[in-house]
Amino acid sequence: MGFNRLISPKTAQKIMNIVLIASGAIIFLILLLIIGYILIKGLPVVNLEFLFSNPIDSGKSGGIFPMIISTLYVTLVAGLIATPLGLGAAIYISEYAGKNPIVGFVRFGAEILASLPSIVFGLFGLAFFVIFAQLKWSILSGGLVLAIMALPTIFQVSELAISSIPNSYKEGSYGLGASKWQTIYKVILPTAIPGIATGVILGMTRAISEAAAVMFAVGSSLKMPISIFDPGRPLPLHLYILSTEGISIENAYGTAAVLVIMVLIITIFSNYLINKYQKKIMGE
Amino acid sequence: MNRNKLSEFLIEKGLLITAVFSIIIILVILLFIIIQGFPAVYEIGFFKFVFGLSWFPSDSQYGLLPMIVCSVYVTLLSLVMAVPLSLLSSIFMTEIAPDNLTRFVKPVIETLAGIPSVVYGFFGLTVLVPLMREIFGGTGFSLFTASIILAVMILPTIISVSQEALRSVPVHYKEASLGLGATDWQTIKNITVPCALPGIITAIILGMGRAIGETLAVMMVAGNVVNIPGSIFDPVRTITSNIALEMGYAMGIHYNALFASAIVLFLIILILLVIAKYVQNKYKMDIRGS
Repeated sequence: MGFNRLISPKTAQKIMNIVLIASGAIIFLILLLIIGYILIKGLPVVNLEFLFSNPIDSGKSGGIFPMIISTLYVTLVAGLIATPLGLGAAIYISEYAGKNPIVGFVRFGAEILASLPSIVFGLFGLAFFVIFAQLKWSILSGGLVLAIMALPTIFQVSELAISSIPNSYKEGSYGLGASKWQTIYKVILPTAIPGIATGVILGMTRAISEAAAVMFAVGSSLKMPISIFDPGRPLPLHLYILSTEGISIENAYGTAAVLVIMVLIITIFSNYLINKYQKKIMGE
Repeated sequence: MNRNKLSEFLIEKGLLITAVFSIIIILVILLFIIIQGFPAVYEIGFFKFVFGLSWFPSDSQYGLLPMIVCSVYVTLLSLVMAVPLSLLSSIFMTEIAPDNLTRFVKPVIETLAGIPSVVYGFFGLTVLVPLMREIFGGTGFSLFTASIILAVMILPTIISVSQEALRSVPVHYKEASLGLGATDWQTIKNITVPCALPGIITAIILGMGRAIGETLAVMMVAGNVVNIPGSIFDPVRTITSNIALEMGYAMGIHYNALFASAIVLFLIILILLVIAKYVQNKYKMDIRGS
């Protein structure tokens, strides 16, 4: 209160305007600093040869092709497993469950999964997939761990997308004599597709970025993984090993730049999808 | 007709299974961590494990307390840095900034959230650690350095959740305040922020969860010395880094002890989530009550 008496409301307004604008600017500068630094240091290393050749001397020189393939491979496995599960759960919770208490449980379960530390998933992956299920260090083990981590994101975003579809859409379909599943399949899913795609993309971003969860599941082989039972080394794990073991700072910058570019592309693409989706819902 | 009914029934049950799947997974995760962690807790003793002061696996000493303390310190210090900045910038983006600027900032926040934690750690290792060494002396690997990196990493979480909370404050609350002649800032301070407070608290708790759980980025800049730090410029080792550092070669009871420390992490996260849920539920009651 003493503060209020000392400074008039108008002065307070002016001061706070500056403070608020400054804080917004700081956030933006932090992003610019980190991304700018990584790209400026990393992009000179990134060329076609770096992208498409094998590492030499455990990554001291040479490229990162097997790591790019490992990343895409584990992400693909994770997506193929997590998408049907997350989407199925989202359809059930928003269309079938009604006021069943299961809704609360599933949502809380998803929140727990979304906030568990990645290293806990790493330990679970090691104990369950690698040792118990005897999948060894493999793309499959890593993909399964990442699928579990991507699951809550896909579920949460798809549920939001499905439940935001106007009721009139469903009523129109029911009015024409369609069954529940026909309505879901022909009306709800096609309308919610951009939202669902956003959920899948966000889940996959989590999978692409993850290192701690896969470090004990996927192995750290420098060889090109062919089958899903081969070990691999996704990009974040490669970056981690290159920089902490002091193998090659240059190639670490290059790898970091490739990761940052991947994330940038995904973010721009998912924003494009969301905008399109909003126009579609509002335009009709 | 019957066939249609049967397939509708099967589809519903199939979807139910996918819905229950996430719950089953959590139980399986919990079960496996407990099975693997229990022998350590049993052999070492619960109190000796959680409150023991020294961690020397080669000497069969497994006291987790230094790591717990470091995790808490790193998390709190990162919150001290991240919370004011992220709240002020959320207020700026929802209440002050023009719409087209907000549209531009959203992808910026999403990009910050999407950058892999290893990239943050790498940035910390190559830029922040040498900078800290230059300014404060020592090695540059410290609790302070780790907290800065963590603060940057939890910014997007706190910003996006608290923005949502600020946006959900009904417009007529603000209009009433402005109508009484209050300035924008008075309205923000006396109406908008108090109304959004439960959402803001949830945002902070989620950020806290992310900070406690972060592994590699912290490990790359924290120095990883097992001790209870005397100053913020001492090197530290968190629970998560400890697991990541030692899992590769741990055997026997050491292996089990690392799983037991994962149980501790699991419990911390669960407690944070329950608190967040409680705050949210209370908020719902308040809105209805008024």
